[in-house]
Amino acid sequence: MTSFVKPRIDRKNAPVNSLGLKRQDYDGAMSTLCAGCGHDSVTAAMATAFYELAIEPHKAVKVSGIGCSSKTTAYFLKEAHGANTVHGRMPSFATGAMAANAALTYIGVSGDGDSLSIGIGQMIHAMRRNANMVYVLENNGVYGLTKGQFSASADIGSIAKKGTVNEQPPLDPCIMALAAGATFVARSFSGDRKQLVPLIKAGLKHKGFAIIDVISPCVSFNDHKGSTKSYAHTYKYYHKAVHADYIPPTDEIMTSYDEGETMSVELHDGGKILLKKLDPNYDPTSQASAFSKIMESKASNEILTGLLYIDDTKEDMATQNNLEARPLNQVPYTELNPGPKALKALQAGWK
Amino acid sequence: MGKVTPTDVTNPDYFHKVVDCQWACPAHTPVPAYIRHIANGEYTEAYLVNRASNVFPGILGRVCDRPCEPACRRTRVEEKAVAICRLKRVAADHKDDIKDRLPKKPKKTNGKRIALIGAGPASFTVANDLAPLGYECTIFEKLSKPGGLMRSNIPAFRLPEDVLMEELGYILDMGVELKLNSPVESMSSLLNEGYDAVFVGTGAPKGKNLDLPGRWDAKEGIHIGIDWLESVAFEHADKIGKEVLIIGVGNTAMDCCRTSLRLGAGSVKVMARKPREFFKASVWELEDAEEENVDILVNHSPKAFITEKGKLVGMSFDIMEYDIDETGRITDQRITGETTLPCTDVILAIGQENAFPWIEKDAGIEFDKWSVPIVDKVTFESTKSGVFFGGDSAFGPKNIIWAVEHGHQAAISIRNHCQGVELTNRKPDEVELKSTKMGMFEWRYSNAYDGSERRKMEHIDLVDRFKKLDTEVELGFSAEQIATEVQRCLNCDIQTVFDAPKCTECDACVDICPVECLTITPNAESEDALRAALPSGEAPEGQALYVSMDLPLTGRVMIKDENICVHCGLCAERCPTAAWDMAEGIVTIPHAQDQDYAEAAE
Ligand SMILES: Cc1cc2nc3c(=O)[nH]c(=O)nc-3n(C[C@H](O)[C@H](O)[C@H](O)COP(=O)(O)OP(=O)(O)OC[C@H]3O[C@@H](n4cnc5c(N)ncnc54)[C@H](O)[C@@H]3O)c2cc1C
Ligand SMILES: Cc1ncc(C[n+]2csc(CCOP(=O)(O)OP(=O)(O)O)c2C)c(N)n1
Ligand code: SF4
Ligand code: SF4
Ligand code: SF4
Ligand SMILES: [Mg+2]
Repeated sequence: MTSFVKPRIDRKNAPVNSLGLKRQDYDGAMSTLCAGCGHDSVTAAMATAFYELAIEPHKAVKVSGIGCSSKTTAYFLKEAHGANTVHGRMPSFATGAMAANAALTYIGVSGDGDSLSIGIGQMIHAMRRNANMVYVLENNGVYGLTKGQFSASADIGSIAKKGTVNEQPPLDPCIMALAAGATFVARSFSGDRKQLVPLIKAGLKHKGFAIIDVISPCVSFNDHKGSTKSYAHTYKYYHKAVHADYIPPTDEIMTSYDEGETMSVELHDGGKILLKKLDPNYDPTSQASAFSKIMESKASNEILTGLLYIDDTKEDMATQNNLEARPLNQVPYTELNPGPKALKALQAGWK
Repeated sequence: MGKVTPTDVTNPDYFHKVVDCQWACPAHTPVPAYIRHIANGEYTEAYLVNRASNVFPGILGRVCDRPCEPACRRTRVEEKAVAICRLKRVAADHKDDIKDRLPKKPKKTNGKRIALIGAGPASFTVANDLAPLGYECTIFEKLSKPGGLMRSNIPAFRLPEDVLMEELGYILDMGVELKLNSPVESMSSLLNEGYDAVFVGTGAPKGKNLDLPGRWDAKEGIHIGIDWLESVAFEHADKIGKEVLIIGVGNTAMDCCRTSLRLGAGSVKVMARKPREFFKASVWELEDAEEENVDILVNHSPKAFITEKGKLVGMSFDIMEYDIDETGRITDQRITGETTLPCTDVILAIGQENAFPWIEKDAGIEFDKWSVPIVDKVTFESTKSGVFFGGDSAFGPKNIIWAVEHGHQAAISIRNHCQGVELTNRKPDEVELKSTKMGMFEWRYSNAYDGSERRKMEHIDLVDRFKKLDTEVELGFSAEQIATEVQRCLNCDIQTVFDAPKCTECDACVDICPVECLTITPNAESEDALRAALPSGEAPEGQALYVSMDLPLTGRVMIKDENICVHCGLCAERCPTAAWDMAEGIVTIPHAQDQDYAEAAE
C-alpha cells in the first residue's frame, strides 16, 4: 500500500502527442499495488500506447474482472469509461458494451486467475466471436489478490512461496486463443516495454479480438527462487520471436531488413503491422505455424514472445452480426423504439 | 561496440553539480541545506551555514547578484526560481545573537603579518579566514569608512548601513586592524615594511568617461556614476537638478537613477543604446527602478553634450535601428534620426576599470597590455611572490560574491605561502552522502512536491520611499511567505543514489517518476544514443546523464537525466528492493582553516 501520490508536474518542454496531450494526461489514480508489481509496469505500457496512438481518453473503455490485475483499470486513462465487473465476467460486459457503442476503443484487463479459472468460458467465447478489443492478461501464475494460491497458469514444478510444488499442467492462453479463433495472439513481459507498447498499439488497431498474455511478476507471492514467473526466471528464458510495430496509414514502411526477416500485414484502417522475425521460416499469419512454434518453445523451456499469430481478414463480431455502427445513444428514439405496430409486424413474421 | 562507462559518482563534482544553485554560486553556498534550516525555524543555523561560505549573509541576502537563481532547478518545472537570495535575508533578520558561535580573536598570534589594501568584501574575507588562525591582518583603506563599494556605491535604500556594519564588525572583532583614511600610495614602500604577504583588494575604482563633443564645456552637471554615488554616500552631494539623464543601463545606472529620485530630481530617464534584451542590469533591478517611474529609453546612442554659456542644457542622441537574427545577435545597425533631450544633469554609468597608479612599474608586479595585473586564476598570486590580488582588482569588476570567493582562495594561498607550502597544494572538495531514510515513506526532508508560486517581496509604499535617502525599500518576507517559499525548494542536494546489484528491473521507479527522467535500457555506444531512450525530450545540455553499472538480471543499465529530476524521492519510495536511496550530499569546499597541515610552531 502506498501513502503518497504522484504529483502532476508540468515540466518545461514535456513532449505532447498529436492531440497536444502529455503522457501524464493518460495517467490514472495512484496505484495501490505492491511496489515492484509487474502489473504497474503493464499499466504504464497501456497508457503509453494510448498516448502514442493519440486516442482521446474519453473515447476509450477499460473493463476488467477481479484481481490485482483487474484493479489496474483505475490506474490509467482517468478520463476513460470503464468498470470492474464480477470475477471472470469482463468479456460479457465488454461484448454488451461493444454492441451498444462500437465507436469506442475497448481494452480489457484481466489476470490468470480471472481468465483461466472462473472466467475461462467467458474468455473463450469472446475470442470465438472475434469481439473487437484488446484483452491484456496479466499473468503471474498466482491469485495475487487472495495472497498467492497457484493459478491455472502455474507451470509444473513451480514452487510456491511456502514450498508447495505445482503438479498440474498449466493452461496456455495463447494456445487456447489459437484454438478458439482469436485473430491476434501475442505474448510479452512486463519488463520489456520496448516490445509491449508496440504490441498493445498493434492490438488496439487490429479489428477483432487481440489477446496479449503478459508475464507480469507478483513481487509479493511469486518472485522467489523456484518460481517460473519471477523476474529473474522470465528474464532468463525470455525469447523474442516476432517484433510487431504498428505503422499508421499515413506513414511509409522504411526498413533495411533482409527479405524473410520482415513482413507486413495490412489492417482494416489502411495502416499496417510490420513484423520483424528472428526465424525467417516462421509465418505468424499461419495458425499451424504459430501452433507448432509455441509447442516447440515449450519443449525447450523458452518463453516465446512477440506477435505470434495475426489474421486481420476475419470479420469481427459487429460485422458478422450486422450490429448497428452508430452508438445507440446517437440513434433517434423513434428508430430505437419503432412502436407497437412495428413490434407486431416483427412478431407476425415469426408465427 | 563501445559502451558508455558507468558514471563515477565518487567524483565530488558529480553530485555538487546536481545542486544547481550551489554549483552556480561562486562561493558554493549550500542553499538547500540552509533553506531546510529555515523551514525548521533554525534561523541561526541557517545564518551560520551561509556565513561559512559567503561571509556576508545579511548583505548578500539583500544585494547579491544571485547567479544561483537563474540556475535554480525550479525554473525547469515552473516560471520562477526559489527566492534563494531573499531567504538568506530571512536567516539574517531572524537569527539570534551569534557572537559566541563565531571564531574568536586568538589569544596569541603566529607572528605572520598580512597587509590588506582596500576595505571591501575581498579583503574582509581574507581577514575573516586568516585572523582566527593567528595571522595579524591589517586593512588599509583610503576612505573614512569601511565596506568598499558596498558602502560607497550600493545605496542605503538597498543595503542599510547597520546591516553592513554588523557583518564587517564580526570580522573586526576577530582582531583585525582597520586603518581608515590610509591610502596606500606606494606599493614599493609597503613591500619594504616587511609584511609576510600583501593582498590587493582595491577594487576597480575608475568610472569610464564619455568623451563626446561638449564634454568639457560644461562646468558642472556631468557626473561619473560611481564617483557621484560615492559623494552621495559620504554626504558630499545631497541634491541634483530637476531633469536627469543616466547614460548606460547596467546595475550602476539603476542605482544612479533611483538615487537621483531621492535627491529631488523631477524626471529621470535612463538612456539605452540598444533594445531591452541587451540591457546589462539584472531583471529585478530594472523592475525596481521602473516601479519608481523611471523611464528607460531604448535605441538612443549619445552624440553630444549641449551647453549654453558653460551650462549643461541638454544632450543629443542618434536614434538607432538594429537587425537582430533569430539567435538574438545584432547583425546590422543604422542611424534613423536624431533627437535632443533637455537636461540639468547627466550621469555616466557606462562601466568601471582597474587602476593602479600607486603600483610602481619596478615593483615586480606585471600587468598585461590593458593594464590589468597578471593574476593566477587558482592561487590569486601576482607575478611577485607573496603579493596576491582578489575581488574587482584581480580580473575587473564582478560582484560581492565573487570578491568573497576570491578572498577565500587568496587566504588559502597566503596561509600556504606563510607556511612554506606549495600554493597549489590545496585540499580538494569532498562530498559525503548520508541516507535520509527514516522509515517507510519517511525521509529526513520534506520530499512532497509543492506547486506554490514564488512569493512576492513587498516594498514600502512609493510615497514613503523617497522621504529619506536611506529608507530600505524591501520589507522582507512575512512568516506566511517564509513558510511557503521554503517548500518551493526542491532539495537538490538530497541525491538519488542507485545501487545496481539490488535492482530487479521491475520498472516501478521508472513509472512513478513524475517527470519521466528514468529508464532502463541496453547500454549504447554513446551518451546521446542512451538519451534517446528517455521520453523526456529534453535537450542534453546542462546536467549530466547518470549511467549505472550493468543490472544483474539483463545487463541493461539504469539511466537518469539529472536535468529534470525534482528530488521528490518517489523512485526510492516505490523501489521494492531499496535500490534507490535519497541521500543528502554534503559538499565540503575547504577554506584556509581546513588545509591539511599543521602549522609550524612559532
Ligand atoms: C553602483 C554599484 C552597485 C553595485 N551593486 C552591486 C550589487 O547590488 N550586488 C553585488 O554583488 N555587487 C554590486 N556591485 C559590485 C560590488 O560592489 C563590487 O564587485 C565589490 O564591492 C568588489 O569588492 P572588492 O573587495 O574587490 O572591492 P571594493 O568593494 O571596490 O573595495 C575596494 C576598496 O579599496 C579602497 N582602495 C582603493 N585603492 C586604495 C588604495 N590605494 N589604498 C587604500 N584603499 C584603497 C577603496 O576605497 C574601496 O573601499 C556594485 C557596484 C557598483 C559600482
Ligand atoms: C466469485 C468470486 N470468487 C472468488 C473470488 C476471490 N478472488 C478474488 S481475486 C481472485 C483471483 C485473482 O487472480 P488473478 O486474476 O490472477 O489476479 P492477480 O491478483 O493475480 O493479478 C479470487 C479467486 C472473488 N472475488 N469472487
Ligand atoms: S530548487 Fe532549491 S536546491 Fe534546487 S536549485 Fe533551486 S534553490 Fe537550489
Ligand atoms: S527523485 Fe526519483 S522519482 Fe523524483 S524526480 Fe527524481 S528520479 Fe524522478
Ligand atoms: S524500482 Fe527498484 S528494483 Fe524496480 S527497477 Fe527501479 S530500482 Fe530497480
Ligand atoms: Mg494472477
